[in-house]
Amino acid sequence: MRSRNLLSINDLSPSEILEILDTARELSRITDGAIKKLPTLRGRTVVNLFFEDSTRTRLSFEAAAKRLSADVINFSAKGSSVSKGESLKDTAQTLEAMGAELIIIRHSSSGAAKRLAESGWVKSHVVNAGDGMHEHPTQALLDAFTIRNHFPEHDRDFTGLHIGIVGDILHSRVARSNALLLSALGAKVTLIAPPTLMPVGVGTWPVKTSYNLDSELPTLDAIMMLRVQSERMNDAFFPTEREYARDYGLGIQRLARLKSSAIVMHPGPMNRGLEISAAVADSHQSVILEQVANGVVVRMAVLYLLMGGASIPTEGILV
Amino acid sequence: MSESDFLLKNASMADGSIVDVEVRDHRISSIRTSINSELQVIDAKKNLLLPGLVDLHTHLREPGRENSETVLSGSQSAIKGGYTAVSAMANTFPVADTAGVVEQVTRLGKEAGLCDVFPIGAVTVGLKGEQLAELSAMAQSAAKVRIFSDDGNCVSDPLLMRRALEYVKSFGGVIAQHAQEPKLTVGAQMNEGDVSSRLGLKGWPSIAEESIIARDILMAHYVQSRLHICHLTTKGGVELVRWAKSQGMAVTAEVTPHHLLLTDEMAEGYNPIFKVNPPLRTSSDVMALRAGLADGTVDIVATDHAPHPIEEKDCEWNAAAFGMIGLETALSVVAESMIKTGLMDWATLAMRMSTMPARIAGYSEHGSISVGALANFTVVDLDSSWQVDRTQVFSRSSNTPFDGLTLPVTIVHTFFRGIQVLRDGQLTGLKYE
Repeated sequence: MRSRNLLSINDLSPSEILEILDTARELSRITDGAIKKLPTLRGRTVVNLFFEDSTRTRLSFEAAAKRLSADVINFSAKGSSVSKGESLKDTAQTLEAMGAELIIIRHSSSGAAKRLAESGWVKSHVVNAGDGMHEHPTQALLDAFTIRNHFPEHDRDFTGLHIGIVGDILHSRVARSNALLLSALGAKVTLIAPPTLMPVGVGTWPVKTSYNLDSELPTLDAIMMLRVQSERMNDAFFPTEREYARDYGLGIQRLARLKSSAIVMHPGPMNRGLEISAAVADSHQSVILEQVANGVVVRMAVLYLLMGGASIPTEGILV
Repeated sequence: MSESDFLLKNASMADGSIVDVEVRDHRISSIRTSINSELQVIDAKKNLLLPGLVDLHTHLREPGRENSETVLSGSQSAIKGGYTAVSAMANTFPVADTAGVVEQVTRLGKEAGLCDVFPIGAVTVGLKGEQLAELSAMAQSAAKVRIFSDDGNCVSDPLLMRRALEYVKSFGGVIAQHAQEPKLTVGAQMNEGDVSSRLGLKGWPSIAEESIIARDILMAHYVQSRLHICHLTTKGGVELVRWAKSQGMAVTAEVTPHHLLLTDEMAEGYNPIFKVNPPLRTSSDVMALRAGLADGTVDIVATDHAPHPIEEKDCEWNAAAFGMIGLETALSVVAESMIKTGLMDWATLAMRMSTMPARIAGYSEHGSISVGALANFTVVDLDSSWQVDRTQVFSRSSNTPFDGLTLPVTIVHTFFRGIQVLRDGQLTGLKYE
């Protein structure tokens, strides 16, 4: 990777994306065996700087860092000095003064990761673990990693794959990062949502859009269901959860209309019964738990590449 | 002979003629091609003489936010930018919604003595949009308030807006509306469009501005009152004002320098120095605003000078305050966007930045260079350029979006009531007592 930070998929060339995915696969091969932990980042300090609650993303990064033997400091905004009015700048500088070399940041403000990386506040590497409605690049990388595992003939090129992303596109950083990444690898990406949840300006994205899930289903190779936040209902984005689930939820009838080779994805946490039915989530076409597992190795690859791993170590620590 | 008596030699007028201007007892006593006089001579060196600029939209922050600006520091910033009159917006702490507060601002302006400081009164108590402030009391106070605005907030309640428009007719007031439908802009961060969709910043649709403009031009016409639209930013808004004027409606509108030069693409780096209310729009909006200002649809330029302390901009986008300082860069930015592009000449610029704002607000001692008028004018070097340096501004705040940019024309001298308050771009220490 050329960059010292991972802020946006836009900063990555297709070959850099493949480099991360290849590294993740290599790390996955090593740590699938008896070796669970690599000494690569021993003595290095990584900070999870989470201004928003996200237990699963934080745990995934923490697991990734620990498998590379890094020391991990977890910081969450609740009950911290942030709730007493401390700024992002002061918090990050404080953590760096304690020895942080790489900061993994989750923040509700779009652009917070970029701001942290480019304002001269800190010298650390910065990894964007989700910034507002902007991006969640490691989620898109793990999604691509998962898709690639299921379509080995598309190992280095997603041309010919049709991927649907369904739901609250407007507020979704997962959708933004995936739209950029999957299309960069050549996939045809269709965003599927009611018009109220489609961003003004989406016409400039490298994707197609559709208001009709049913008409897209038969051609999809992967379908990604986005979480619907219950507060969207209060803002009149859709009338009721029932109506949303009827038009855009993935139930067993719609699953039957997908290709048998198609995979069902969800970034989690799921609202079972709303955007995805329990039967679909637990079906054999669902790869949702694989996504979680892949998240750890992809994040290992990102940390490894950013913090200067020259080549994949062949020896590890037996745990 | 008082210290404010002098002879300004070799001043270039906007029409290209070179004149001498004699000032006695704070007023212009003579304007001729060549004057011989015993008075102290100031050589204008054939630089352009403009009537002192008049700003109808200035946040001076005092009382209450003296860490970002005071009436004195704001006045210094004003004369550095060639302004001899500014209009202090009402969103201070306490809000300028009583005769007491507006008189305090007037008094602070007189104590500073560098330019006229005319307070704008709040339309509603506490800018809350619930109940009319005592508009008549402010009009009849020593501050003689004529412009009323809840700027920062929109008077969004249609009934309250109607009443305000009607009420100010008895004393010739004007309502300056911050056009922003609040329900369409909850949590909004930047112009809604291609860029906001990419950046994931909550969009601020142009229709939030235009729907209020459309409503209010109809309403002002219906009650036969005067409406002024603050900081127009959209192409659709320009079209609405153009239509209203074609119908003979009594509406005026302003545009800020930053909306004439900058677009929403500036937000790409998430640097909140470019975060402003109303937001920077697209290049097609910028072109429409320029065309509107050139043809007079947009009557005036107003700075919306909005100082903020460093910590309110040295943070992530969502946490940052809205606003930019603008007094010291206004003329140069308008020259860059309107004169260098050939859209406007200097005589028209003088209309848009001095004569018309003075006329809209009823500042009768401003806006013209004529015999008998108070000597409020500024001397501008058209051949020089300068690089904006936020560490060198006279404002107490440094939140300029133009830092590092090289801009045309410099303000050489500024005279307020015949007192040279700015000489060669520096404060003289003199003031009008």
